[in-house]
Amino acid sequence: MHVVTSPAFKESATAAIANAGLQKALANSGPSFIARRASAVARLPEFERLRDIGRDIKNHTLANLDFYLEAYEARVLEAGGIVHWAATAEEARDIVLGICQKAGARTVTKGKSMISEEIAVNDHLERHGITPVETDLGEYIIQLRHELPSHIIAPAFHLNREDWEDQFRKSHTDLPADRVFHERRDILTEARAKLRQRFLAADVGITGANFLIAETGSSVIVTNEGNGDLTQTLPRVHIVLASIEKVVPTLEDATSLLRLLARSATGQDFSVYTTFSTGVRRAGDLDGPEEYHVVLLDNGRSNMLGSEFQDMLRCIRCAACMNHCPVYGTVGGHAYGWVYPGPMGAVLTPSLVGIDQSGHLPNASTFCGKCESVCPVKIPLPNLMRHWREREFERHLTPAAMRTNLALWAWVAKRPALYRLVTRAAAAALGWLGRKRGRFSSLPLASGWTGGRDLPAPEGDTFFARYAKAQRAGKIR
Amino acid sequence: MSRETILTAIRRGLKRGELPADQQAMLRGRLAAHPRHLIPARSRLPRAGQVALFVANVEREFGTVARVPDLDAVPGAIADYLAAQNLPSEFVMAPHPELQAIPWPERPLLRIREGRAEASDTVSLQHAYAAIAETGTLMLPSAPERPTTINLLADTAIVLLRASRLVGAYEEAWDMLRAEWKDTLSGGFMPRNVMLVTGPSRSADIEQTLELGAHGPRRLHVVLVDDEAGAL
Repeated sequence: MHVVTSPAFKESATAAIANAGLQKALANSGPSFIARRASAVARLPEFERLRDIGRDIKNHTLANLDFYLEAYEARVLEAGGIVHWAATAEEARDIVLGICQKAGARTVTKGKSMISEEIAVNDHLERHGITPVETDLGEYIIQLRHELPSHIIAPAFHLNREDWEDQFRKSHTDLPADRVFHERRDILTEARAKLRQRFLAADVGITGANFLIAETGSSVIVTNEGNGDLTQTLPRVHIVLASIEKVVPTLEDATSLLRLLARSATGQDFSVYTTFSTGVRRAGDLDGPEEYHVVLLDNGRSNMLGSEFQDMLRCIRCAACMNHCPVYGTVGGHAYGWVYPGPMGAVLTPSLVGIDQSGHLPNASTFCGKCESVCPVKIPLPNLMRHWREREFERHLTPAAMRTNLALWAWVAKRPALYRLVTRAAAAALGWLGRKRGRFSSLPLASGWTGGRDLPAPEGDTFFARYAKAQRAGKIR
Repeated sequence: MSRETILTAIRRGLKRGELPADQQAMLRGRLAAHPRHLIPARSRLPRAGQVALFVANVEREFGTVARVPDLDAVPGAIADYLAAQNLPSEFVMAPHPELQAIPWPERPLLRIREGRAEASDTVSLQHAYAAIAETGTLMLPSAPERPTTINLLADTAIVLLRASRLVGAYEEAWDMLRAEWKDTLSGGFMPRNVMLVTGPSRSADIEQTLELGAHGPRRLHVVLVDDEAGAL
């Protein structure tokens, strides 16, 4: 598994804010995602109703998940494929390695897959002498840089054009070192040429799946580049990596969710290639894989069923939540410290790696609610983060100083007369102290606030006092 | 075995055992009936309007469309397109009977190879099974006469589509496949691979700026044969 650096979230976030390259990339790319989604949604008047439909399809599937997984498996078998069930990441890695070794594979091409990141299959293959090659352009450079993706649909979100040029010069040493990249297209063209050779040479192709369809036994991938299709068409063996919650009942169900996916993700009406794969090459076919394997991964998801986190299993990995998140937009994806960043990561990561390791993530939220408002399947993300905060508190993982202060606050808050007295005294004292400047640029015990901004000095009385006064004057009843 | 472990864990989470027979029958009924959900109003148009919507959506997604009156006009349309793009008059063609029936010898300069595409092919010609007006999407199911590599390997992909095979929404295309296709291996209707293609290949991975021609074709050209009087 990739090392979880989430415990260092605060330090990573501080470093991210000071990282000029990252801040440039976030400022360049962030707003375009928001604008493109808004424009796609505006072009489809039925979008809000589709969100309800998407939520209901996923809820129906999760309530009957065992049935639909078994139905799906039966259809895959009929189409000549094999389903491998993996309870853990370790088991999934070993299944993939076993298939590759049996196929005598030397190189493996890969379409973009977050499950592949979750189970860290690349490292495992490399340790056993098999070379994995990421073919999604963003994943390709991330692999060259030995990084994790910083975004679930735009893996190289944190990089600027100059980073691409530097890395390609470093990695593609067979090309003239003094070549010029006049435009972004030149970078793309170089990657295309490099990867074309890889596609043709690969023995096994590994893709993810956006959906699995119980009705037909199909796996669905969605790409714009066409790399996923080359990955699953050219090699002799195709392996699909998918987690158990990816299954949906029918083509109609998948279609409704697809209407939500591209619009929420990239702001396209539909992705360029939406491809349904069902089993092995048929008699007479001139291309397509001769072996078709699906690795179905649980890795902690079945524990979420029936818990307060079940709603998270509706997620279709569109990234709208992180694209609209002020915290993600400030610190980027790597600060979150594992595979899934942003609001969806703040809920999912504790489920998969434990709240003891990732307690900072559900706390790294302003609860502005933007993520929930754009989620295509209406996952109540802030509420789920709140549940994690509660669990963290219950398990005494919250830092001692914070617990003490929370306890003190609760003790005062539960005594209304005392609460009013204390707040009234504090407001009066601060108002008097700040009467000249109208604000404080530093306060004892509150440097966490005043370090980044001024605190306005209270003017007049507390809300309670003013409300009571207005009531007495007959202005409010 | 992990299969049983996972299924047991799912049922434990859902606080029940295996679903009772009547509920399983209900779910099997839902799979068999595959009910439609909301279909956006944008494609609920008269035939001519659907064709116009399809063309507008292909062009919006950086594809191009040439409309021709019948199959006899296809060789000329393709020769003209290749000349206009400064491309060689040479392509690999899917071995589909409808493509084979086109009077190619009328354009003797066109050099055609039939089969699957190879990395060396620069132009390919595919036969569309159906198309969806809602988003300007081509439906390309795999078959011996419709190889998948034809959709992917060439720099320029040309696709022949008959207007009578155009539908408004994806759901209508799935129903065509259900009614017309018989998969000999599975006994179902799904071929090994169904590609829904909307425009040429692209990537926005470099600074979230769109560039055409990532790993798939850089150009997507649809030759639309007006074989339906009501769709003109």
